[in-house]
Amino acid sequence: MRALGVLIAIALALALQTTLARFLVGGTAALDLVLVVVVYVALTTGPATGMFAGSLAGLIQDALSSGIIGIGGLAKSIVGFLAGAIGQQFLVTAALPRLLIFLAATAVHAAVFMGLYVLLGLRSFPSPWAAIISQALGNAAVGLLAFALIESLPGVIERRRMRRRL
Amino acid sequence: MALLDIRQRTGYLFIALTIGHIVLISAQVNTERGVPILEAVAFGVFAEVQRAASTAIGGMQTSWSDYVALQEVRRENERLRTEVAQLQVRLQQERALAQQARALAALLDLRSEAELPTVAASVIAGGASPDFRTITIDKGSADGLRTDMAVIAPAGVVGRVITPTARAAKVQLLIDRNAAAGALVERSRAQGVAVGTGGELRLDYVSGTADVQVKDTVVTSGIDGIYPKGFVIGQIESIQRGQGAFSAIRVRPAVDFSSLEAVLIVLTPPPALDEEAPGTP
Repeated sequence: MRALGVLIAIALALALQTTLARFLVGGTAALDLVLVVVVYVALTTGPATGMFAGSLAGLIQDALSSGIIGIGGLAKSIVGFLAGAIGQQFLVTAALPRLLIFLAATAVHAAVFMGLYVLLGLRSFPSPWAAIISQALGNAAVGLLAFALIESLPGVIERRRMRRRL
Repeated sequence: MALLDIRQRTGYLFIALTIGHIVLISAQVNTERGVPILEAVAFGVFAEVQRAASTAIGGMQTSWSDYVALQEVRRENERLRTEVAQLQVRLQQERALAQQARALAALLDLRSEAELPTVAASVIAGGASPDFRTITIDKGSADGLRTDMAVIAPAGVVGRVITPTARAAKVQLLIDRNAAAGALVERSRAQGVAVGTGGELRLDYVSGTADVQVKDTVVTSGIDGIYPKGFVIGQIESIQRGQGAFSAIRVRPAVDFSSLEAVLIVLTPPPALDEEAPGTP
């Protein structure tokens, strides 16, 4: 059941990334919604699920992009594993720790992703800092919003039930 | 450290998964293949999902705008917009031909050039990863599209087809970090290579002494065998001279990639593919 939920979340993030992003900012969005889902899954379920979710999501994203299949998968599985491990070791329920994790996750992902491409001599990324920072802030904002929305859902449903009973 | 304790089962799994990814990456980097099969299959399948999503959202958009706007006016507007787009492309072709004729009239044999055969396509999705500048269009190999065919818009060059499937194709935008096109400055005919930087373009290999000015128009030179000659790439934004033999030139793309909705694919196959075709002289 949990695996199905993760699969649906990844598919939804990919669909949003490729389809809706085009209508909002022409497909050049400085957001990685798939990474947001991976970090969310890792923080809520742990390192193993985070790692597999990251690996699967990254591989699909690689296959849909024009890059090397596996680089995005490796970067996202590392992020999933680390985020999940941190989520298990520390209390990450407040907004600030979550914000920091989303920022760090984007930085780690960019370091692994760009580092591997540069190491293999396949691409160059001259002065990528602005892009990484804007993506980190974007991912963190979307991630925090997702947490807030999902965590407020049970309360909203419960309140509606109570109102109906009254 | 608890995070990376390999005695735990998750630690072993993490190492195994990392090795698996490295093997997968190595297999692709070391071989000289075209498009990986995994990429082609995954793209082909997901393109159908993207098409469905795009159709659904397009349908919702259409019904909403039809409800708000007058239907006839909207249809008329769309027809006129298509006509203007076609005329703008035609104008670019004529402009390129006129420029060639003026500059090289004495050298050309002035043979009449046939119009470029093109097919129109709609953009159905953006890139799956923000690190790659690609779009997905709703035409594929069934419509005559092949790898390395040029994709243009009324404003100028968009990119090239990199993964055509039967009913969709992935297009690498000219601003992608891996994209490049043979280019020349329209006014002075100074040659160079337009290279994508992820968000805009730079013009490489232009001599430091070449006659190049800010606001000069950069067009395709046609030497790469992909893009037809004379199509607008962009306008020179800044020039930094005195850094070695070449100038550092930034180019603002002519096409607004953030609002691309329809494109044209030039169906003329690249010369290399022509030579490979069986039975061709």
